[in-house]
Amino acid sequence: MTERSLAAPPRLLGTRLTRRIRSLGGLLASLALTFLGLLCITFLIGRIIPIDPALAIVGDRAPAHVYERVREELGLNLPLWQQFFIYVGQVLRGDFGTSVLTGRPVLEDIARVFPATLELATLGILIGVIFGVPMGVVAAVHRDRWPDQLVRVIGLVGYSVPIFWLGLVGLLVFYAKLGWVGGSGRLDFFHEGIAPSVTGMILIDAAIAGEWDVFRNALHHIVLPAALLGYFSLAYISRMTRSLMLEQLNQEYITTARVKGVSEARVIWVHALRNILVPLITVVALSYASLLEGSVLTETVFAWPGLGRYLTNALLAADMAAVLGATIVVGLVFVGVNLLSDLLYRLVDPRAR
Amino acid sequence: MSETLSTAGWRAWLLSERPQSALQARLGQAWLSWNAFQRNRLAMLGLALILLLVLVAAFAPWISPYEPNVQNLRLRLQPPGAAHWLGTDELGRDILSRIIHGARITLYIVTLVVVIAAPIGLLVGTVAGYFGGWVDAVLMRLTDIFLAFPRLILALAFVAALGPGIDNAVIAIAITAWPAYARVARAETLTLRRSDFIAAVRIQGAGAFRIIGRHIMPLCLPSVIVRVTLDMAGIILTAAGLGFLGLGAQPPAPEWGAMISTGRAYLLDQWWVATIPGLAICLVSLGFNLLGDGLRDLLDPKRRGG
Amino acid sequence: MAALLNVDNLQVAFRGPRGEVPAVRGVSFSLGREKLGIVGESGSGKSTIGRAILRLLPDSARVTADRLTFEGQDLLGLSPRALRNLRGRHITMVMQDPRYSLNPVLPVGDQIAETLRVHGAGGRGRELYRKVLDILEAVQIRDPERVYRAYPHELSGGMGQRAMIAMMLIADPRLLIADEPTSALDVTVRRQILSILDDLVSRRGMGLILISHDLNLVAGFCDRVLILYAGRVVEEIEARNLHACRHPYSRGLLASLPRLEQPVGELATLQRDPAWLDGPVYRFGEEVSR
Ligand SMILES: Nc1ncnc2c1ncn2[C@@H]1O[C@H](COP(=O)(O)OP(=O)(O)OP(=O)(O)O)[C@@H](O)[C@H]1O
Ligand SMILES: [Mg+2]
Repeated sequence: MTERSLAAPPRLLGTRLTRRIRSLGGLLASLALTFLGLLCITFLIGRIIPIDPALAIVGDRAPAHVYERVREELGLNLPLWQQFFIYVGQVLRGDFGTSVLTGRPVLEDIARVFPATLELATLGILIGVIFGVPMGVVAAVHRDRWPDQLVRVIGLVGYSVPIFWLGLVGLLVFYAKLGWVGGSGRLDFFHEGIAPSVTGMILIDAAIAGEWDVFRNALHHIVLPAALLGYFSLAYISRMTRSLMLEQLNQEYITTARVKGVSEARVIWVHALRNILVPLITVVALSYASLLEGSVLTETVFAWPGLGRYLTNALLAADMAAVLGATIVVGLVFVGVNLLSDLLYRLVDPRAR
Repeated sequence: MSETLSTAGWRAWLLSERPQSALQARLGQAWLSWNAFQRNRLAMLGLALILLLVLVAAFAPWISPYEPNVQNLRLRLQPPGAAHWLGTDELGRDILSRIIHGARITLYIVTLVVVIAAPIGLLVGTVAGYFGGWVDAVLMRLTDIFLAFPRLILALAFVAALGPGIDNAVIAIAITAWPAYARVARAETLTLRRSDFIAAVRIQGAGAFRIIGRHIMPLCLPSVIVRVTLDMAGIILTAAGLGFLGLGAQPPAPEWGAMISTGRAYLLDQWWVATIPGLAICLVSLGFNLLGDGLRDLLDPKRRGG
Repeated sequence: MAALLNVDNLQVAFRGPRGEVPAVRGVSFSLGREKLGIVGESGSGKSTIGRAILRLLPDSARVTADRLTFEGQDLLGLSPRALRNLRGRHITMVMQDPRYSLNPVLPVGDQIAETLRVHGAGGRGRELYRKVLDILEAVQIRDPERVYRAYPHELSGGMGQRAMIAMMLIADPRLLIADEPTSALDVTVRRQILSILDDLVSRRGMGLILISHDLNLVAGFCDRVLILYAGRVVEEIEARNLHACRHPYSRGLLASLPRLEQPVGELATLQRDPAWLDGPVYRFGEEVSR
């Protein structure tokens, strides 16, 4: 790659670089704006809540002047826009408040539970990509014939099934009846605490420590929820792959490849697939981010101690600081994944370089 | 014999290459679309499933064998059988009757969400697309912000603030649903805005909002309807998810998601309590997805006639 | 002269929602090591003929012929494997617009090398690289090494079409079908591309089918011309006798060409006659009752 850019005339390289930086700046600015908008929404949600935060702290029997003082300390008597600025400042400093439920700073809580979600979602997206992309390709190649219909139905069912229900059914069948997989949680009780936590992701931690029993047990536990999440991303990925492929297969360069005598397999898996790689990155990024959403319900079903379960527990306890903190983090991950996919896009597509 | 002749006459009239009136042309077009749609067996299945949902919801009190909320603790957790086709739940209530009445809740939720969200999306999208410039920039930035949140999580945050309950769930889902429709309506408006006939209307001196309301919105409707249909399953699933978490419809309402949630405790020994409401959700959202998919194929000119 | 390609009564119809639509109706011709032009208006079926020879038409096309052979080999009966062997190596095609006919995400040189590689010809590594550079030089590209590494969007239209020609000629095919190879290009580079084609085709003793809607171009370039109307060859004629063509459609085409001695304002527009669909056709000035 460096060889190629060196080959380009230096002046061209210069203008290209500045253009790239400028468009990157625009992208960052728009992402920052989006994030500010996210904060605006969470801020407003925090204000429409019927619980009076000051009252919640002092209790309803406190004298009026105590109540007033607490209100002042919380900044509740300031105008709304000022409160918003204070709020943004706090969030930027990583101060999401303290969770009522755990009594710890929300950020600390999130840092603790996030690796579990990351591990689950990453495995899920891997499954989704490994199965979804080939399925989409096959569907496009056999357009309107039975493989296409089959992939279509598999995808539509994925769009139609409640993920928490499928999780329950999965537990019933594969855990309770067949005993093929581990039950809820990340590990069985007697494997806990053996591998020291380095990354927070048990599969990796166990591999680092060389604790293969723990690794196997963790795999046993994660495979069902990850397969579920994988199925849901597969539904989206296979469908998008199919339509992207259909578009490419009608292109003239495909005919060129056939004219050269390139085998049909190579036409499809090299010529056409290379061309959808770029938009596919965006598709995968989007579905990776939406796995966070799926994880809220999945983690609840599988008692998976990740961000999703943290969020639902906080919800049920009306722990607003934790709810909003987790929401912001999810939004941030969304924005970050978008940025990442855009950067990858520039890296992979020769036309964007 | 004469009947087949007359239907042949009708078809000829509908498919005439030289329609005598706009009505004939439009009916002919509709007839062709319906024909193409009919050939899509999956889409017809979807349509049938949704009709079934509507009928069941409409006639719930008459077709359900028991009262949905009447408890009978002596008959709790009965497996599916002759008396209770789909068994009974932990309070001895007939699951079939609860599913039938739950259809009403589902229909109530999707209808209300669509009634709230679709007009907002349509308005925002057409206005943004028609005016362009900074109006477009501001409105689209706003929709992007909403789209930047995973839908369920935003809905959860709203419900957490508003308090649990079916109406708050509807509001929360509607708040998360409109941006997608706005996007579709905007894209459609952008192509329409430059068309000659809009220019002609503008020359006649029609005001911007009149043009949007009378000319652009009706033409955006088909795409928005397809998008909404495809979205229905998502709405149902989000509502069910909220119900499952205890944030949607409250007991004893026979909401399907909430029914799964209570059945969860009996999953291992009485599988039907949690499983059957889930099947109902699957069928209904599959119906909407199949229908939406068929409609999309129909609207997509690249696939038309193929 | 032994015929390279024999086409006898070629018929192509596309299956559509309202039944089959014929696109090519009974086309016959044969081709040796010569340059044959196919001319006709848009939609007359020129590309369809070219694609039928290479078996590139989609499944929705029904292709039949009394005879469709290349060097005695029946093209319609070829197995997929034999077909792959034939394409690129024996028969190739240059398409209209290099902006679409080159794969946008692969370096041009790799795409050219691929033609050799899929046929197991041309060795590997440096040897293959050298061969690609040679053919790039043969199509008069001055800095072949840069072009080798370039992506299609980095090349101009003329350069892209040269690369396309290089890709199609590198495996020494015996028949080249050029489907409007210059109509997407700037007027200034059209002649260059044509002369490159002409040069290479004559030097290698290949057969060439040049498809075009530009009668002028074909007349100056080819040995023989087929004039196609609605999927039918209405006239076959030596290019040098074109001025003496007899079919009213050919005469109309000729008359609608701009000429120096004629003011542009008086260009005749073609009047079409439904009788041409099945009427008499002409071969080398003779009427043929079909
Ligand atoms: N894949 C296809 N499906 C259906 N009809 C087709 C297909 N390809 C070509 N046709 C039809 O066949 C006829 C001939 O098309 P063809 O592309 O061969 O014309 P052409 O002479 O090459 O025209 P042009 O000068 O525009 O390239 C046209 O009427 C066209 O609509
Ligand atoms: Mg053509």
